[in-house]
Amino acid sequence: MTFLKYTAASALALSLGAGLAAAADCPIKVGVLHSLSGTMAISETTLKDTMLMLVADQNEKGGLLGCELEAVVVDPASDWPLFAEKARELLTVHNVDVMFGNWTSVSRKSVLPVIEELNGLLFYPVQYEGEESSKNVFYTGAAPNQQAIPATDYFLEELGVEKFALLGTDYVYPRTTNNILEAYLKEKGIAAEDIFVNYTPFGHSDWSKIVSDVVALGADGKKVGVISTINGDANIGFYKELAAAGISADDIPVVAFSVGEEELSGLDTSNLVGHLAAWNYFQSAETEANAAFIEKWKTLMGDERVTNDPMEAHYIGFNMWANAVTAAGTTDVDAVRTAMYGQEFPNLTGGTAVMLPNHHLAKPVLIGEIQADGQFDIISATDPVPGDAWTDFLPESAVLTSDWKDLGCGMYNTETKTCVQLKSNY
Amino acid sequence: MRKSFIAQNPSVLTFLLCLAAFTLGVSLLAEGFGVGLISTSFVKTLGKTLCLCLVAIAMDLIWGYCGILSLGHFAFFGLGGYMVGMWLMYARTEIIVERSLAQGVIPPTPQEVVDGIGSQIFGVVGSSEFPVIWMFSDSLTLQLLLVLLVPGLLALVFGWLAFRSRVTGVYLSILTQAMTLALALYLFQNDSGLRGNNGLSGLQNLPGVTAPQSAISLWFFWASALALALGYLLSAWVISGKFGSVIRGIRDNEARVRFLGYPVESFKLMLFTLTAMIAAIAGALYYPQAGIINPAEIAPIASIYLAVWVAIGGRGRLYGAVLGAAFVSLVSTWFTGGQAPDINLGFYTLQWVDWWQVILGLSFVLVTLFAPKGIGGLFDLLKRGDKA
Amino acid sequence: MTHSLRIAYRQSRALIACGLLALSLLCLGQPLAAQELGPLQQVLQQDADLIVKSSRTSIGPVIDRIVASGLPVVPAFLSAWQDKNIWQREADGLFFIATEGEGRSYALTDLDSGSEVGTAQKDALSQLKPNSGVRGLIATALVQFQLSDPIRANREAALTAIERRPAQELLAPLRASIASEPDAVLMARKLRLERLLTIGYGADPAERVAAITQMSTDLGVDVRAALNPLVSTSLKVATDLPVDVNVARRLVPGTDIDRLQAYDMLVAADLAPARRSSSDMKSLLAEHVEGGTVGGVALARLSNPEARIIAYAALVQEGKVPALVSDEDIDAALGAHVFFETYAEPSPEVTDAARAALQSIATRVDLNQALDLGLDAISLASIYFLAAIGLAITFGLMGVINMAHGEFIMMGAYTGYVVQQVIPNHTLSILVAIPLAFAVTFAAGVAMERLVIRHLYNRPLETLLATFGISIALQQLAKNIFGTQARPLTAPAWLDGALVMNDVVAISYIRIAIFVLALIFLGFFLFLMKRTRLGLETRAVTQNPRMAAAMGINPGRVNMLTFGLGSGIAGIAGVAIGLYAKVTSELGADYIVQSFMTVVVGGVGNIWGALLGATMIGTLQKGIEWLNPSNTLAAQTYMIIFIIIFIQFRPRGIIALKGRAAGD
Repeated sequence: MTFLKYTAASALALSLGAGLAAAADCPIKVGVLHSLSGTMAISETTLKDTMLMLVADQNEKGGLLGCELEAVVVDPASDWPLFAEKARELLTVHNVDVMFGNWTSVSRKSVLPVIEELNGLLFYPVQYEGEESSKNVFYTGAAPNQQAIPATDYFLEELGVEKFALLGTDYVYPRTTNNILEAYLKEKGIAAEDIFVNYTPFGHSDWSKIVSDVVALGADGKKVGVISTINGDANIGFYKELAAAGISADDIPVVAFSVGEEELSGLDTSNLVGHLAAWNYFQSAETEANAAFIEKWKTLMGDERVTNDPMEAHYIGFNMWANAVTAAGTTDVDAVRTAMYGQEFPNLTGGTAVMLPNHHLAKPVLIGEIQADGQFDIISATDPVPGDAWTDFLPESAVLTSDWKDLGCGMYNTETKTCVQLKSNY
Repeated sequence: MRKSFIAQNPSVLTFLLCLAAFTLGVSLLAEGFGVGLISTSFVKTLGKTLCLCLVAIAMDLIWGYCGILSLGHFAFFGLGGYMVGMWLMYARTEIIVERSLAQGVIPPTPQEVVDGIGSQIFGVVGSSEFPVIWMFSDSLTLQLLLVLLVPGLLALVFGWLAFRSRVTGVYLSILTQAMTLALALYLFQNDSGLRGNNGLSGLQNLPGVTAPQSAISLWFFWASALALALGYLLSAWVISGKFGSVIRGIRDNEARVRFLGYPVESFKLMLFTLTAMIAAIAGALYYPQAGIINPAEIAPIASIYLAVWVAIGGRGRLYGAVLGAAFVSLVSTWFTGGQAPDINLGFYTLQWVDWWQVILGLSFVLVTLFAPKGIGGLFDLLKRGDKA
Repeated sequence: MTHSLRIAYRQSRALIACGLLALSLLCLGQPLAAQELGPLQQVLQQDADLIVKSSRTSIGPVIDRIVASGLPVVPAFLSAWQDKNIWQREADGLFFIATEGEGRSYALTDLDSGSEVGTAQKDALSQLKPNSGVRGLIATALVQFQLSDPIRANREAALTAIERRPAQELLAPLRASIASEPDAVLMARKLRLERLLTIGYGADPAERVAAITQMSTDLGVDVRAALNPLVSTSLKVATDLPVDVNVARRLVPGTDIDRLQAYDMLVAADLAPARRSSSDMKSLLAEHVEGGTVGGVALARLSNPEARIIAYAALVQEGKVPALVSDEDIDAALGAHVFFETYAEPSPEVTDAARAALQSIATRVDLNQALDLGLDAISLASIYFLAAIGLAITFGLMGVINMAHGEFIMMGAYTGYVVQQVIPNHTLSILVAIPLAFAVTFAAGVAMERLVIRHLYNRPLETLLATFGISIALQQLAKNIFGTQARPLTAPAWLDGALVMNDVVAISYIRIAIFVLALIFLGFFLFLMKRTRLGLETRAVTQNPRMAAAMGINPGRVNMLTFGLGSGIAGIAGVAIGLYAKVTSELGADYIVQSFMTVVVGGVGNIWGALLGATMIGTLQKGIEWLNPSNTLAAQTYMIIFIIIFIQFRPRGIIALKGRAAGD
């Protein structure tokens, strides 16, 4: 079988002519930098499998530039320094042409210096806090303005929430997101005393006090809403306590930015119906592309497996990269980067994602209500929102902009008209 | 004096020679200097391994020689890394900020530069103020001094409290573990002033140095080798004298040593602080090679691994600690890096990534049960063989 | 309305509506046959776009128009819409109630006639998905129809809707419905709601003050929610204190309000010129660079803040930039204005009564919060106790440091999960899981004791290492078998929900169950140790193994059984902890340090010690959380530091014990 594939590929290479085939060293190597062990394996293993599926798909279609694609999988084991080491290994030992990887922000910050030094190319698929722009990273997940801000707007306009509880796990994504949201809410006329912020450790399980604090917020007659940036396992305890306290989504709605289909599969959702999540993708989106994607995933991984937002981000990112390589005729990082700008690829949820010069995507924002079967009912979808690397709601970053295409700078101060720095901040 | 000390301990000389040969060999084969057979990332791995060997020596001193199973020495290691990391981050950011501000028409005031650095470093965690603990971060000398002082002081205070109230044995182990956990939880907070879960990153870039990483990695490799050599010498010297005899006495029978009139608590405290400082130096050299330090590094599990390395290497002998740390950490890297080939059993594909931890765990059990002397015990067998 | 009358009414409405609709449809140019449409359908079609998009901000008037149509089918339509049962046929834009049939086909029911009018494929339909905000508005609109509905559930839904959105217009229908309410429970709710609505929307102040005084002992969040808006104030500034407003208090700048903040208020109200920040100054300076100097100061010197001020002053002299606002200017501006807080509520009697009522409620709330915190602390303590009780046996009695104790807890939780996969009935599965978890971890404990620990009894530090090795092996094994995702372990339905004493004090049933389980274990342990042969032998071996052996007790067997018992209890604890939190391979690791702390703090070798230790740690953690509510992480750090210091003073724990364990 492999032999057949190989001959097919080489036949294609021959037919394409020697010039093209010579532009890339065969096979084209795709580095996969996701934790397969440790705390983050829970989320990242899925993405590794997604990448393997996408690479196999591409090979079935005849590879790229007449070359077979080869996935190089390494395990950074949820150990942040190891991410830097493995990234260097991928780039210098395995000589990969592109990397897909990382979940947590800290792991990305760990990898940044290495890929900037060695001019690598990384596709980062997870929603994150923004305030960063690297020449060597394409951010296919949501920036805060593609998830947090639309969800907050939904709370303000559609649910009439007047008092906000921002609950998060104590790390950089919730901290920065909540800072942005606080500034945004104040701009929208919400008083400082109507914003309650609480941080809990990773894997927190004792939620009774915090849930009763949230209920008590309703004492001044304002509608309370919870914006949750609680991460991973801690959500399970939180939602169980919420259900036990009998808090219905109509009384105190909760919108989560880190809870997707995967997280809900560890929960009985019958008591959580109506609570919300904001993503750029839900498995329940009804399009043909999505149905095909889900079917392929389930045949490969088993029927009980679900798809989620970062998977779609990899799907879009990988296909855009493949198209950019085809367009550039080489896997050379600089050429591919130039070819990436303006790349378009259909979303699984309908519509088209566009790669912007600030290395972010323009994607629609969806808001879904949790259903009893652990899926989301999509109740709101916006037009595509262009991702913004530097938020407009914090004074320090409002003046910054990122444009790698024309300005050639990821941290450009529009007031002083200068490039603050070429490397990213880590 | 020095001569006789080396003469008394031929193993020290052997070790130093081996280390020198190893360093030379790696340097010649490395990418930055010689042929390029050893990649930069592997030089970094080797350099880090040398640092781990150094902290394992510290662990061996306190556990193997004094019988105190400290499950907190990785906290000192991490603190050392944090101290040096603060300067690295500050100095690197200072250069960027000064360059950026110099583009303006009006030259910046010192306060503006500091504010700029603050928002660069802490903007990532949603703050921009410099916490008090960064007071000395602009000075390399002071910060290097803090590498020794901060972990040393923590060890001194903690050790004084613990030894004074005669907490011993497993209780002390659990207490040191609690200390590590408290420190890690504290550092995990975003408000701790050390960037919370993100920690300090980009440490591999030396401020103002334009040399490529292939060269920098070698410098750190040499520095780590030197530190290990000096640490080994120091430890060998400490345990060979009277001080060494007393601490071995404490290990074997604490009450007896106390009755003989030795201030047991002071001896333990001195050794505890000394080993904490050695661990801190190891950490200060380790993290610039790792590139990032964050609280997860300090989590209790890391200190337990440290004990395991020493146990597998063979405690109560310095080269045992070095062997254990080098062997286990390198093998771990190999198995978890995806390089080890999967084993197809026909009905099940054995993936090392999945099973390595299981094997590692069970091998601890086997070593503790059947080879209490660890790998170092093999050398005894060899020696006995020679004599026979 | 009699039947014939109703038909006549409907027909006449339909005629008028048809006329209107025909007009509008003509304008729109839609190819619809107007005569086929029922009256409600026509009303809906007029706002079809708004209904399909349905946003809370725009749907209000639409709902009002639907209700105003007065059609008898309106309530039924509104409830169907609320329940997401209304679908739109894409071909002609008509709305139907659709029910799922075979395959992807849906049966369509006409809104007006209520009769089935055919089926359609799912692809040809689109569902109306009113969001929670819209559903709330629909529920409010439904209230007037439901308040006297013969079906109890509907009346209840109406009351819930009022509780969620206590609107002024609901007061009259609510009052009207009270007299005819047959159900005592709903009657009480209605009376209470009537009082709450009166507080906000009563006709005259006297009536409202009466309602406020009546409710001033009530702890409900809703009461506070009704009172607090009355006393909410807004900060204002003016040149003179106005006379026609309900002023709460005057503020003196510098004492009640920060000077600069007060000044900024003046700036915002256009009553004073803005201050210049240093960055404003810098950019103004940059605009006036002339030949390498600004205001006569060389550029290079401007890195000094004082030089900047000189340069700026020179520019002010030249009239090129506006002058800086000095401290004197600020003081003068502040002196010329008054700062005050006003109530939104115009009536002073009402605000005074509300303030007094809130004060009396506040004291009660504080008391009850303390009680709630106490319950939380007890609950946390019982969880810690449950996690630690097995350890109290293995570590406390036998002196074996078992780092894999946490993994036994995890094994118990996974046993619960596996059982639930086989037995879907939650109650039954838990009943099966508990003994099974005990059996599994008992066996694992015995195996571990026989294979490993037995050989290390005189080497406690090495036991620690060996069991740690087992711990990481077991954790990874769990990952290999069950995957890394958290697995669901669902409590039976009768453990859902919480025991609510009032709106402040509540505790979930599952926590109560854990508390009860902890008590049962305590009793079981005491019984076992004090009343059984095994207990006697265990105590004997604990105190003096050689003597016990001389008396014919087999220490090996006793150790094995005791260790198995401790492990087995950990397994049961695992089921309980899995029910309340989550089942992952790291579940045990989360509890291991805490458990050791509990045993060490409490005092080794004594069950009462473990109980005291758990109580202390639980209370302490909750206490610190209460002091520092925004950061739970800090609470844990401080707690551990406290424990470290505590152990300095009582190195052997709260209850010290002599014997083998005490000897280290």
